[in-house]
Amino acid sequence: MSIWSIQWVAFSTIVIKEVRRFMRIWQQTLLPPAITMTLYFIIFGNLIGSRIGEMDGVDYMSFIVPGLIMMSVITNAYGNVSSSFFGNKFQRCIEELMVSPVYPAVILAGYVMGGVARGVMVGIIVTILSLYFTDLQLHNLAIVVVVTVLSAILFALGGFINAIFATKFDDITIIPTFIITPLTYLGGVFYSISLLPEFWQDVSKLNPILYMVNSFRYGILGISDVNVSVAITMLIGFIILLSSISVWLLKRGTGMRS
Amino acid sequence: MSAALSIQGLEKVYGNGFKALKGIDLTVKQGDFFALLGPNGAGKSTTLGIVSSLVQKTAGSVSIMGHDLERDTFAAKQCLGVVPQEFNFNQFEKVYDIVITQAGYYGLTAKQVASHAETLLRALDLWDKRNEPSRMLSGGMKRRLMIARALIHQPKVLILDEPTAGVDIELRRSMWEFMQKLNDEGTTIILTTHYLEEAEQLCKNIAIINHGEIVTHTSVKELLAQLNTETFVLDVAGDLMDLKGLESFRIEHVAEDCIEVTMDKGQNLNDVFSVLTQANIQVRSMRTKANRLEELFVNLVQQHKSEAEV
Repeated sequence: MSIWSIQWVAFSTIVIKEVRRFMRIWQQTLLPPAITMTLYFIIFGNLIGSRIGEMDGVDYMSFIVPGLIMMSVITNAYGNVSSSFFGNKFQRCIEELMVSPVYPAVILAGYVMGGVARGVMVGIIVTILSLYFTDLQLHNLAIVVVVTVLSAILFALGGFINAIFATKFDDITIIPTFIITPLTYLGGVFYSISLLPEFWQDVSKLNPILYMVNSFRYGILGISDVNVSVAITMLIGFIILLSSISVWLLKRGTGMRS
Repeated sequence: MSAALSIQGLEKVYGNGFKALKGIDLTVKQGDFFALLGPNGAGKSTTLGIVSSLVQKTAGSVSIMGHDLERDTFAAKQCLGVVPQEFNFNQFEKVYDIVITQAGYYGLTAKQVASHAETLLRALDLWDKRNEPSRMLSGGMKRRLMIARALIHQPKVLILDEPTAGVDIELRRSMWEFMQKLNDEGTTIILTTHYLEEAEQLCKNIAIINHGEIVTHTSVKELLAQLNTETFVLDVAGDLMDLKGLESFRIEHVAEDCIEVTMDKGQNLNDVFSVLTQANIQVRSMRTKANRLEELFVNLVQQHKSEAEV
């Protein structure tokens, strides 16, 4: 058996383990985002949205749906990897992998793919739920798929780095609470940045989540506040950067090896 | 033939400046049943942690079956199975899934290892529990699960860090039998234990580590040969008051019907029985007073401590 087929089996094993984990605890992983997003659809979309009218030429409900789907994808991709990897560190079962001949890059890829799987699955659930509230268009399927997968990979990598440095469970909630959630709300999920004064439009363009939300919205509705090619290039660039950092940290054994 | 484990000049200094290993050298032959002994904090777990890639070394080298752990990591790790001291499996996963997942890390699919997994789980009395979450197992079962997990990829070298800690006597004996059989089949076993009876019973070779240094590294047989005296406890029936003819032995009356006989190397136990028979004293039972290896272990560790203090 070649080294690469061994690493492939190891990668599949990690992904299967990760998927089995979030499916086993679906009440904690798949159900809450479905309930939260349904509430968003009802309150912001139906009740408040009906008074707002249109945003960027589409009705408010249709405008917020892509942002809410993307928000579910990135928070779940992040949360899956950070909680699973930190949980494994906490229970010391990460030692199973450290003792084994699995390459650090394969360990990373396995966990990230587990996060992507959960992010995409939640995204699909939220998309199906949104169909009860609006008729969803599909402007460009390729962009929808590419942006969803790249965003999920990027946030799964973020969750991985968070888990590597975390020493207690509180540490894996700090970044989602104080960084990701505010950036998501300010990332054009509920409004178009064209509503903001020019200065705040420029400030908003420093927010990476704005690019993901708007690229995804472009794939669905064909409207965007940002250039989609720039957004995809940025996503790829950040993925390469965070992957390199993660592999380097794994090789050093940061947070795992004394 | 390359050594199963070769350690050279291994040093470990922890972040707080504590020097856990002071350049140890150690060789374990292929097929050996080897014990690494030492008091708490001596450096056993650090040594095995470095060999298992769980602890970062400061200096030195480690080879497993001739593969350098740093340069030929993949091949070295393929040869190794590790049973750690602490439970380190996912408490929510099922027993069978834990074993199969570990096989996957070594490139073996569930289908490929199904039969071996069943053999192992049956041999370790876990087959009936295979679909239960691991947290539902008793302490002894959890320990056996870690052994099954470590053996699923059929490693050439198996590290057992306190495998029978907290396990009842009956189960410990059955685990000894299992480990002995495994060793007879060719697996090199490296064991740490605080039950020195375990090391004496199972191991061929032994190293004692203390304060990060190897105090002794020899065969169990040679080590035991260093013992100059041995003490037996005899439960007897008869009048012990006028016992004569045993002056060359050190006799201690522990109770009315119990004596301790300490004899030097070369003295014959038959002489004791002859005298007792002539005195019409019956021996109801006899046992060694202390574990022989334990005695040596304490002596060596204390001797090393005194030398260090000097």
